[in-house]
Amino acid sequence: MIEIENVRKSFGPLEVLKGVSMRVEKGEVVTVIGGSGSGKSTLLTCINGLEPIQGGRITVDGTVVHDPKTDLNKLRQKIGIVFQQFNAFPHLTVLENVTLAPRKVLGMSREAADEIAVKQLSHVGLADKLMVYPSRLSGGQQQRMAIARALAMSPDYMLFDEVTSALDPQLVGEVLDTLRLLASEGMTMICVTHEMRFAREVSDRVAFFREGLIHEIGTPAQIFEAPEKPETAAFLKAAH
Amino acid sequence: MFDTALTLKDLIFLAKGAGITLAITAVAVLFGTLLGTIFGAFKAQASALAAAPLTFVLDVLRSVPLLIQLILANAFQSIAGFGWSPFTVACVMLSLYTSAYCAEIVRGGIEAVPAVTRRAARSLGMTWAQDMANVTLPMALRVALPGWIGLTLGVMKDTALVLWLGIIELLRSSQILVTRLQEPLFILMITGAIYFLISFPIARMGGRLEARWREND
Repeated sequence: MIEIENVRKSFGPLEVLKGVSMRVEKGEVVTVIGGSGSGKSTLLTCINGLEPIQGGRITVDGTVVHDPKTDLNKLRQKIGIVFQQFNAFPHLTVLENVTLAPRKVLGMSREAADEIAVKQLSHVGLADKLMVYPSRLSGGQQQRMAIARALAMSPDYMLFDEVTSALDPQLVGEVLDTLRLLASEGMTMICVTHEMRFAREVSDRVAFFREGLIHEIGTPAQIFEAPEKPETAAFLKAAH
Repeated sequence: MFDTALTLKDLIFLAKGAGITLAITAVAVLFGTLLGTIFGAFKAQASALAAAPLTFVLDVLRSVPLLIQLILANAFQSIAGFGWSPFTVACVMLSLYTSAYCAEIVRGGIEAVPAVTRRAARSLGMTWAQDMANVTLPMALRVALPGWIGLTLGVMKDTALVLWLGIIELLRSSQILVTRLQEPLFILMITGAIYFLISFPIARMGGRLEARWREND
């Protein structure tokens, strides 16, 4: 379970998160929607400790993320994250991209890591690209590779930070299909997204972010069909 | 063909000088690169304030003419009673000199690696060192290679300055022959050709690596 309690985060004088609280249960799919600059993406990088926070507390399965005694490298093994920008390791083949962390971090043998990587790459539909370098992949394939790379560490949680925002429109579908597949398999996921239809279909709950706070949170039916707050309704109207 | 007093023995003498040039270059580039990589990684990571003492030392090494550094180092080591041979002094000073330039090349390479790629590596649970060794430095290498090849060729030619410590390397060997045979143009042409023969494979190796990496880009 991921528990976010009253988290505050600033970049210099700019306060991006102003006291965010949210709880994500095991097996739950939570999507986060909201305008640009509302702090959605920042929240994800705080959850796995890539960014420090200035107040509040985040715990993952009882481990306090920003406790100086927490072994972040260990914690991150169970929290996969995929970013908006493509971030393949360009000097490694697709297969090597996926096997690197299992081999170096988990100390797996090459054979064991290869086996997991092939399984995960097949899962995201890249079984025929194992020996290819990332520069030969389309944006959608790069994002699917990044998903397989995160899954190869057998994470308990997956965080997706606007993974389709940098893609050409015709490539968005294949990546969303991969996310749907993961959701259907019971993966615990937090997805920051601008894809409203996707949010509506896969989410157990939808959180609407506004000005560094969760403005409204609820089931897709509540948020999309009967939002309580006028700002939520206005955002959804503009997004459609 | 030509009328020259240059004998096979003289050519062997030149070749021996070239051997010394190569040996000093190899040591300086090897240790200079190792040290420079450590310095460069530190500079890319540490705050400007924390890196200030190192930056100052590296700036001194880069801005004081190498000849002055060599002669001062040789004088100080003998005053301090280290008892180093001129060859050792040459290797130590050229390694430091190389490391100062290499540090900047490495720093530039590391800073060219996109932050999101490093975040991706860390988010997979890699430690700072694992990210450096497996992701950041290999990526930085591609950016840094042309600069590093240039540095290596430069250091190879700069080794000529160690003749002032009394080391008979390639340039000094040629001067000895010039004095004895009084055929400066011919001997300098041969010496230049030898420098070229040493440099060419290094430059080509760099070009080849770049071309191979470009295939994947």
